[in-house]
Amino acid sequence: MIQDTTTAAAPRLGAPLAGRPPRRRRSRAAARNRWTVLAFMSPWVVGFGVFFLYPLGATIFYSFTRYDLINDPTFVGFRNYVFLFTQDPLIWVSIRNTAYLVVAITVGRVVYGLLTALVLSKVKRGAGIYRTLFYLPALAPPVAAALAFVFLFNPGTGPVNQFLALFGIKGPLWFNDPAFSKPALTVLALWASGEIMVVLLAALLDVPTEYHEAASLDGAGALRRFWSITLPSISPVLLFAVVNSIIVGLQYFTEAVVAGAVASGSSDAVGNVASIGYPDNSTLTFPMWLYEQGFHSYNMGYASTMAIVLFLVSAVFTIILVRRMRVTGVQEEE
Amino acid sequence: MTLTTTAVTAARPEPDRATAPTAPGRRRRDPRARARSVLGWIGLHAVAIAMAIGFIGPIVFVLLTALMSDQQALTKDLWPHEWRWDNFGAVFQKAPMLGYFGQSLLYSLTATAGMLLSSIPIAYGLAKLKWKGRTWAFYLVIVAMMLPPQVIAVPMYVMWAKLGLTGTLWPLILPNFFGDAFSIFLLRQFLVAIPTSYLDSARIDGASEFGVLWRVVIPMARPGIAAAALFMFLRTWNDYFGPLLYTGENRANWTLSLGLAAFRSTHQVQWNLTMAATILVMVPVIVLFFFAQKSFIEGIKLSGVKG
Repeated sequence: MIQDTTTAAAPRLGAPLAGRPPRRRRSRAAARNRWTVLAFMSPWVVGFGVFFLYPLGATIFYSFTRYDLINDPTFVGFRNYVFLFTQDPLIWVSIRNTAYLVVAITVGRVVYGLLTALVLSKVKRGAGIYRTLFYLPALAPPVAAALAFVFLFNPGTGPVNQFLALFGIKGPLWFNDPAFSKPALTVLALWASGEIMVVLLAALLDVPTEYHEAASLDGAGALRRFWSITLPSISPVLLFAVVNSIIVGLQYFTEAVVAGAVASGSSDAVGNVASIGYPDNSTLTFPMWLYEQGFHSYNMGYASTMAIVLFLVSAVFTIILVRRMRVTGVQEEE
Repeated sequence: MTLTTTAVTAARPEPDRATAPTAPGRRRRDPRARARSVLGWIGLHAVAIAMAIGFIGPIVFVLLTALMSDQQALTKDLWPHEWRWDNFGAVFQKAPMLGYFGQSLLYSLTATAGMLLSSIPIAYGLAKLKWKGRTWAFYLVIVAMMLPPQVIAVPMYVMWAKLGLTGTLWPLILPNFFGDAFSIFLLRQFLVAIPTSYLDSARIDGASEFGVLWRVVIPMARPGIAAAALFMFLRTWNDYFGPLLYTGENRANWTLSLGLAAFRSTHQVQWNLTMAATILVMVPVIVLFFFAQKSFIEGIKLSGVKG
């Protein structure tokens, strides 16, 4: 880049660089460039080290210890890992719940996001208003959204069950029924799917209309065109949306904590142990159990073991994304 | 603008827009096709309106309940008999909402300021300075961005406890002064799209890289910077896990998220006040959105289109 500057553009603008032998200037420029890069990147070097590499290494270390924050950690070998996979009574419940939510939220958000984006891409008049309305819930603070949904889905007086009653359907207990608490959380995630919609809408509008026109002239129906033209064109964006949703699902915490606490009528909604996972552990996610172990029971060694499991699972999806980016190439400056 | 779009554009056989078959073809449609397209239009808008009701309905019901009297909020009625606007005032008396609000504001504003200070130069280094390993450094940013916060919660908590900062919001604010992965990613995507020729002409005029960043890049990147700042503000404003982890035990430093989560428990049966509090927490975000809708939308497009 600096070389470009001196060779191509300098002669025209002349003065400031004139008179020095090109090679010396180039190596000096390179040295200066190194220092500049270091200066610009230095906060990240510190930040990545202190807030990523160090804690990741420390988590690995703690995962082999027993540690309660007061006494020094004591080394216990693989005992935490053995406990996790063979003895922890709630670990598989929490893994199943998280797996359920990851799948339901990812599929739901991407499919519904695509559906809303498709509708918006066809609407001509009023598209801006629709987009605003569709996107707005995505901004709602998760605590507020969870509270709102526990109210909307409350079995006694909630509007949702009243609406279902209009069709003669007796609504379930939703957040108070182990079989319906996760579906209710999934609906909440659909409601807040606006971000994926905006991303997919942008990708849809990028698909050249000429492709569609050519295909219709060849007699391809709408479904066939969607399958053979639209989907392949937006697949990189779709992949990003899927991976992103999976990562969000793996961290699922706030809505489940708040909804469980509020629906249970617990006296303390801030990370309360009694209400965690209410009803009947059906909303106990892996990160919630990790939090409970680490910061209520102060089993910080064991919580670190759980953190390593969470890290390994999320790393798989991050690697998929980065590999895909390496294949398609990162866009560089023009 | 992004990798995806460039790839698509490259593959596109550069159609001649003037001769595209759309315009004349559409005018000579027979009546049956026209009827079909009118039906299609109606169907499309019916679906769009149904979806809009699905998205906005919950907020409307929450608002209506927030305006009901204590007794009515416990009934099946959906429409307030009397409009109790003073419910919003009552929320402030039932809980120290202003204190929570102040803590949320402190968290969001300082975190956003720290992020801008650190992440703009980092993003510039990744987008516009040429150096070996730059692409890999960018991948590391993505890896950091994808890390669930719970993975590193234990050692981070231990570290901040040793520094005596647990119980405050500083453990959540300070890291942003050393770059925030998502913001770096977003800003980098934006800066990459700025043509290097603008930067080069400033360089030829003798500007240092810092001068180029300050006088050329930052003015051109204002929309991207606005989007990054908005997202940071929103993320911190909505954050529950972070404040819970560090200030859960210290009520004095609770943010709105924590205060709202605890609100209902102390006012068990008062759905109307709980919903009024819910609305109050949503309002700043909604106001922010209406003032900066374009930046939000542009930012999301940028964040998603290029994974």
